[in-house]
Amino acid sequence: MTITRLFLAAATAAVALTSAAAFAQTKTVAITAIVEHPALDATRDGVIEALKAAGYTPGDTLKVEYQSAQGNPATAAQIARQFAGARPDVIVPISTPSAQAVVASTREIPVVFTAVTDPVGAQLVRSLEKPGANVTGVSDMAPVAEHVALIREIVPSVKRLGVLYNAGEPNSVSLVKALKDEAQKAGLTVVEATATKSADAQPAARSLVGKADAIYVPLDNTVVSALESVVAVGQQAKLPVFSADTDSVARGTVASIGFDYRQVGRQTGEAVVRILKGEKPGDVPVTFAKGTDLFVNPKSAAAMGVTIPEAVTKRATKVVGQ
Amino acid sequence: MSEIAFFGAVEIGLVYALVALGVYLSFRVLDFPDLTVDGSFPLGAAVCATLLVAGVNPWIASLVAALAGSMAGLVTATLNVRFKILHLLASILTMIALFSVNLRVMGRPNVALLMQDTVLTPFYGLGLPDHVVRPLVVLVVVVVIVLLLTRFLNSEFGLAMRATGVNARMARAQGVQTDFHIYAGMALSNGLCALAGALFAQTNGFADVTTGIGTIVVGLAAVIVGETVLPARAMLWALVGCVVGSILYRLAVQLALSADAIGLQASDLNLVTAVLVAVALILPRMRLKAASKKREAAR
Repeated sequence: MTITRLFLAAATAAVALTSAAAFAQTKTVAITAIVEHPALDATRDGVIEALKAAGYTPGDTLKVEYQSAQGNPATAAQIARQFAGARPDVIVPISTPSAQAVVASTREIPVVFTAVTDPVGAQLVRSLEKPGANVTGVSDMAPVAEHVALIREIVPSVKRLGVLYNAGEPNSVSLVKALKDEAQKAGLTVVEATATKSADAQPAARSLVGKADAIYVPLDNTVVSALESVVAVGQQAKLPVFSADTDSVARGTVASIGFDYRQVGRQTGEAVVRILKGEKPGDVPVTFAKGTDLFVNPKSAAAMGVTIPEAVTKRATKVVGQ
Repeated sequence: MSEIAFFGAVEIGLVYALVALGVYLSFRVLDFPDLTVDGSFPLGAAVCATLLVAGVNPWIASLVAALAGSMAGLVTATLNVRFKILHLLASILTMIALFSVNLRVMGRPNVALLMQDTVLTPFYGLGLPDHVVRPLVVLVVVVVIVLLLTRFLNSEFGLAMRATGVNARMARAQGVQTDFHIYAGMALSNGLCALAGALFAQTNGFADVTTGIGTIVVGLAAVIVGETVLPARAMLWALVGCVVGSILYRLAVQLALSADAIGLQASDLNLVTAVLVAVALILPRMRLKAASKKREAAR
């Protein structure tokens, strides 16, 4: 049984080390992500940046603890328990499974999640405006409103917006629902075309010719994997094709707005600061991440019969094809 | 290690003890290296979560989840026994297929259970803190299963299954239906893993398609650490060893999580865990060697 004793001895040592570090005056923020990944790491760095900007200096008035589950949800669950026991001032879980594990582990410690697409569907909060309880955060749902505004800016004559997606993909379905809300606010009608497999993407796109003034492709695995065939239809029919993700712009869509995850992290950090200053998480509304990366493809735009206004090109973070 | 972290490690260790018991069945009893568990664990989580969201009673949902896992085990066994596919490959095929199946079952990559009633809900209001209730409930399940499994493996049927794993040809010569025992053992093994998945989903508030990654590694580590710490011949103690091994593995992960105090980074976690488990495996051997040297010197 020496092994057991060894484990226990080491465990006691670990307790001594961790508890000695947490002293009264400093604020402690515990951050965890499901995996190390450029976007998630950038989010974490953004959180710390925002805290610094608000006057919390790591190593002085702020103690930041960071744990990665290295892709293993069981470890994520264990990290959640560890944080619940360490009682930091705020826990910041990055990604959906990490956030769910943390929320399942504590009902008292404030939680500010980030990089979660659908916080209500993930049951992290009951409502976005008034989350209640100990949880709030930032959602990285595609910035549909900004996409609609961008499409209207580039194609001012747009009245009917075609959307091309696979009705079997839950993410796309919820995105199309959001798109309809936003389109209605902007006075546009949404025309749907669905494809159940990649091979159906082109006929579905063709079905929109004459029925729509522009095509919007959400981050839909089925349609995005057949994006070139949709772009071809757009060029033949002089029908501009827009995408929800910035990566597709290089493949021929006119333009898109996406996330700079460091900025998403900064936005999250601002919510953390509000809680460190004494606000209750339940009173801080969940916000949607604002897209800051604007990608444009003037060549594609020309092929589809539209010109990207100079105002848009000027503020673009990346002009593809130059 | 805070109290909550300690109980958390014990709780997750107990959940994975069911995986360890399943792996003990396939790997040790049947001598069948089975990677299906990486798929049957999340399958259990997926089935259970989907049923809970549909309003099914949590215990029934957990049971159906276990049955679903058994079916997965049967698929692997069929590929191996009936179609003569190498066991490792057969189990890999089932495992990768299950990823798609799990997505189908849930309809999306993640199903939340934070606001659903689970098997734990009735026990939350009884005055004990949540972080104590969770491991206690799982402990009861594990104890019941260990006792049932001990009886099973000591029964005539169980002895025949053990014989199948030790020497299939001899077992057949003694009139044992070895194929049938492989089917039964694989179903039982993956049923246990799926039950673990169901409990994991309920104690952590979500089922996610990625939950299965590395399950087999954790299960094997638990079995082997258990055998090292608790070398036993009696079936009951061998199974208890699996449970103890699983909890010790989680305590090792917990230690690794605190390793930043000695200058290690979060990204070193898996390495630190591996080193801790390796040390746990090497130390007893060194102790044995030292003991035998002493004995020789005494002569």
